[in-house]
Amino acid sequence: MLHVPGWPRHRAGQHVDVRLTSEDGYRAQRSYSIASAPEERRVALTVERLDDGEVSPYLTDEVTLGDRLELRGPIGGYFVWEANQASPPLLLVGGGSGVVPLMAMIRHRRASGSRVPARLLYSARSVDDVIYRQELERLAALGDGMTVYLTLTRAQPAGWRGFARRVDQEMLHEVAWPVQESPLTFVCGPTAFVEAAAGTLVELGYDAGSIRTERFGPTGR
Amino acid sequence: MPPSELLLDGNAIGGLLREIFAVEMTSASSTCGGCGAVHAIGRLDVYANAPGVVARCPACGQVLMRIVRGRGRVWLDLAGMRCLQIADPDT
Amino acid sequence: MAFVSRGFKGRRERAEDASRLPPGQHLVRDFPVLSAGPTPHTPLAEWSFTITGEVEPERRWTWEEFRRLPSQTVTRDIHCVTGWSRLDTSWTGVSVDVLMEGVETAAEYVLAFSDGGYTTNLPLEDLLDGRAWVAFAYGGEPLAPEHGGPARLLVPHLYLWKSAKWVRGLSLRLDDQPGFWESNGYHAYGDPWREQRYWGD
Repeated sequence: MLHVPGWPRHRAGQHVDVRLTSEDGYRAQRSYSIASAPEERRVALTVERLDDGEVSPYLTDEVTLGDRLELRGPIGGYFVWEANQASPPLLLVGGGSGVVPLMAMIRHRRASGSRVPARLLYSARSVDDVIYRQELERLAALGDGMTVYLTLTRAQPAGWRGFARRVDQEMLHEVAWPVQESPLTFVCGPTAFVEAAAGTLVELGYDAGSIRTERFGPTGR
Repeated sequence: MPPSELLLDGNAIGGLLREIFAVEMTSASSTCGGCGAVHAIGRLDVYANAPGVVARCPACGQVLMRIVRGRGRVWLDLAGMRCLQIADPDT
Repeated sequence: MAFVSRGFKGRRERAEDASRLPPGQHLVRDFPVLSAGPTPHTPLAEWSFTITGEVEPERRWTWEEFRRLPSQTVTRDIHCVTGWSRLDTSWTGVSVDVLMEGVETAAEYVLAFSDGGYTTNLPLEDLLDGRAWVAFAYGGEPLAPEHGGPARLLVPHLYLWKSAKWVRGLSLRLDDQPGFWESNGYHAYGDPWREQRYWGD
């Protein structure tokens, strides 16, 4: 959670670039989606720790209260969603850490009091890999038009009744808004996931122009 | 053949483009000089794991942008684009 | 004093012999994959290597013909302009001297060209006298596609962007024609020991 003096209000879906500099001038840079809603005053980043990563272990293990980070942002104007009266139904499809910018959209929807019907299809390896699980359960139970679908691709807990396979055409057909409702879709995650999901939605008849995508690299970005 | 893990999109270079162009660029759109396809910059096929950034047309693969940064300079090649459309900063 | 991130070190290796690292380079543990486009996958039955341009006649080898040429295994240090270096890397390939044997040409320059459209330019003399190979194996294993397989140019005394991945031939030229990166900011020659990374270096 970062406090950024003078932070302009960001938009749900935007990211920041984080730059790290060592004492001898060596630099590394990574992009992280902002997880917090624009209505919050602080910038929340959700970082997936990769064991062989160069930046994520530093951010998750080393950085502590009081430390300062060099940031550039907020960045983005294509993969952003703003809650307003005219917004069509929202379909959010996330793979792994791709759920982070979608979470900002979901939090923004809640904080703004929007009733735009929204559905999240979130693919994770197992229940332990589901980020924001309790918060998503709470939001889905509010009955304000937000529905959450999880698919656990590698391991499922006993008694699991949700999806248990990779996102495919049948699953998207079941979860997505009917084509006639002209939903606005955001797909985010590893490149292969995004290409497959976006491609399938186009095959199902959704207008390519209504599908916004953001590809994360193998190390998050 | 599944897409390379290295294949990103224009969102990944949003920060770099914002510094060069001084306006938000992922929502700008390019017309490919090769096939004429129009795409948001955020949607372009971007290879950023290279000596420079290369953005290609998702429809035909043509190089639309090359960006190299070094020793206080930025080299920018947009010759692969027929046209770049940006929201007027003055509106 | 520029901003320093407390406690950040990065994932660099210590160089046992710092004199083997050109200025501004650091060692890495893995072999990073850099690319300007999708990985080409030319079937070997369609692959060929051609020496063309200022040469009469053109020379061309199919994959079988190429693999029948004498090859050698060499150990070299490689240096990427993005800053990383790897020492003592092992490559197997056909020396460009073998490919150019008996070729008569007035050309002084070469434009190497690859599947996918990548090009890079070099002086012809930098490809001769045991300084360059068309390599088909790395570390004893067939060269992986993401590292340039089935074959790439290897010119270790220059920055690695000159070692064109997925190389398909050499165009011999009287004039120096800048390649893909050289036409957009990168140095025409690229000597890591003189840190010739960009135009004007």
